[in-house]
Amino acid sequence: MTSLTPENSKDLFRKALRVRLIEQKIMDLYEEHEMRCPTHFSIGQEAIAVGVCAHLSKEDVVTSAHRSHAHYLSKGGSLKAMLSELYGKETGCASGKGGSMHLIDREAGFLGAVPIVGSTIPIGVGVSFAAHLQGESKLTTIFFGDAATETGVFYESLNFAALHKLPVVMVCENNFYSVMTPLQDRRPENFEIYKIAQPFGVFCAQGDGNNIDDVFQISQRAIEHARSGKGPALIEFKTYRYVEHCGPFPDDHLAYRPENEVNEWKNKDPIELHKNHLLSKEIITEDEFLEWTRIIHDEIEDAVMYAKSSSFPHRHTLEQDLFAA
Amino acid sequence: MARVIKYVEALNEAQDLCMARDPKVFLFGLGVSDPAAIFGSTKNLYQKYGPKRVVDMPVSENAMTGVALGAALAGMRPVMTHIRLEFALLAIDQIVNQAAKWHYMFGGQASVPMVIRLIVGRGWGQGAQHSQSLHSWFAHIPGLKVIMPSTPYDAKGLLISAIEDNNPVLCIEHRWLYNLTGEVPEGIYKIPLTEPHVIQKGTDVTIVASSYSTIEALEAASDLEKEGISCEVIDLRLLNPLNDTKIIESVKKTGNLIAVDMGWRSGGFAAEIVARVVEKAHTALKNPPVRITLPDLPTPTSRALSNYYYPLPHDIANAARSLLGKSPRLSHITPDAFLDIPHLNFTGPF
Repeated sequence: MTSLTPENSKDLFRKALRVRLIEQKIMDLYEEHEMRCPTHFSIGQEAIAVGVCAHLSKEDVVTSAHRSHAHYLSKGGSLKAMLSELYGKETGCASGKGGSMHLIDREAGFLGAVPIVGSTIPIGVGVSFAAHLQGESKLTTIFFGDAATETGVFYESLNFAALHKLPVVMVCENNFYSVMTPLQDRRPENFEIYKIAQPFGVFCAQGDGNNIDDVFQISQRAIEHARSGKGPALIEFKTYRYVEHCGPFPDDHLAYRPENEVNEWKNKDPIELHKNHLLSKEIITEDEFLEWTRIIHDEIEDAVMYAKSSSFPHRHTLEQDLFAA
Repeated sequence: MARVIKYVEALNEAQDLCMARDPKVFLFGLGVSDPAAIFGSTKNLYQKYGPKRVVDMPVSENAMTGVALGAALAGMRPVMTHIRLEFALLAIDQIVNQAAKWHYMFGGQASVPMVIRLIVGRGWGQGAQHSQSLHSWFAHIPGLKVIMPSTPYDAKGLLISAIEDNNPVLCIEHRWLYNLTGEVPEGIYKIPLTEPHVIQKGTDVTIVASSYSTIEALEAASDLEKEGISCEVIDLRLLNPLNDTKIIESVKKTGNLIAVDMGWRSGGFAAEIVARVVEKAHTALKNPPVRITLPDLPTPTSRALSNYYYPLPHDIANAARSLLGKSPRLSHITPDAFLDIPHLNFTGPF
């Protein structure tokens, strides 16, 4: 198990920064009311997607849930297609039929994400199972949140993946809240999500979801375990979302999260932490950082223009794609 | 004359033939590889194809249906069986929210070539949770194909088409059809999943039915023939998407409609048939359309009650007599009558 090399560290930071800047841009644009679909932002949780996907190639398959922007982008999903989809345009990754909650980019290995909590977990397992039935091995990485581990379908999927020793890595992003309901109202005291794996004999680990290096190392162990045929892995990363469950606005005024808790997590911002780390180790300079920011902003502007100038889907496409030929 | 085999054997042949020619086809379900072999429908297939093609599963219907969906997305062709239709309700999210919608909501980029076989129980006190036929629920879902084979010939031809279809197809099979015999060609043949089938031509009344009720409709038609009443019996075969052309043509010819449906009355599939006929052929109707369905009640277990729960060929025949201005025949159902089995030598399993 290796720590991040300086090169890797820079690369992952840049990727995380890109996700952050994209999400911030979408949040700004959302107020124009032209992106008309429920959107669940990854702000604050970027390190997990970036750290895990660092070990995945284009051929590896990933699936996610409603809060999938960071996963989609980190897996190499097209930014232009994603923005177009949010705008409901024909050039969207789902041709304007899915919106933010149904992102897909099969070429990048992003299988598809849906908003029913837990639903993509067995679907991801099924992809690995298909390979297993044919005597092959296909790694599937499945992202979900803390609440998904409360569903029956999660246990059923974990059991099945363990039974057949499937190469499935289940990544739980524990941000402590299911919409506005805190973990302590849903789980017994001292419950540890990653330990759910233990009775199933499945590799498990827990880490700091706001530390790119920690995510990188733990997910490397989990992915190697799965790839080597030893069976599935369940890894849990603690993190926090800054804004509301669905939508671009902060909702601290609703006071369902203690103020000191929110501030504590904001002081551990994954982007800020990693940037300071790279600066202090002189792996990057402030100028480099500004240059990256400029380049990323250009990419985003270009993609926004593409999305805004794309056409809406034509009327006749309403009835298309109900059935495959 | 083609050889005569049972409905259950026809289902078995369909799966066997498809598995033989396409290594991507696999069977999945609780008990598919056990000695009972889903009432015999998967008999010998485990022995022939092994555990990577005929796969048993934990009692996790929800996740297992999702696994089948994932396997379908990865290019395989799962044929899942829920030995009792009710068990599929544990997986309703994967069937209705996921499988039915993935192709559309992802703009045509994800296709789900999976078949789910669902078996409808009846008789021997099956009761409320082992006897439901929720075809009207499933037929209501855009993106889900729903077939209900009523004969051995149809069972094989429709199931083969379903397996080779690139969409999710629910194949709803009635338990009481399993021992029905009929002519079934050897080898692969397909009945396209396109439209209902005029199983018997006639001129006086159109009877639209499906699955086991088609057999009951044919029995009623046979009795009525002796009284000079000519019935056109249409077997739905494919309930979703429903092509009503032949039904409309038929009602324009006969002027009378009886819609038979083994589901409950309110919001049931017979209502859909009636709605379409009234919309498209109401001037041809000589009488209001008639629905013969289950009452809006769960299924009781005592035969003293279930004897009065299920409509019989007798009821279909009486409906036709009334439409044609003839007197109905009296029924002689007693509480202890053995109407809770399809025929006296059918001893189960149920």
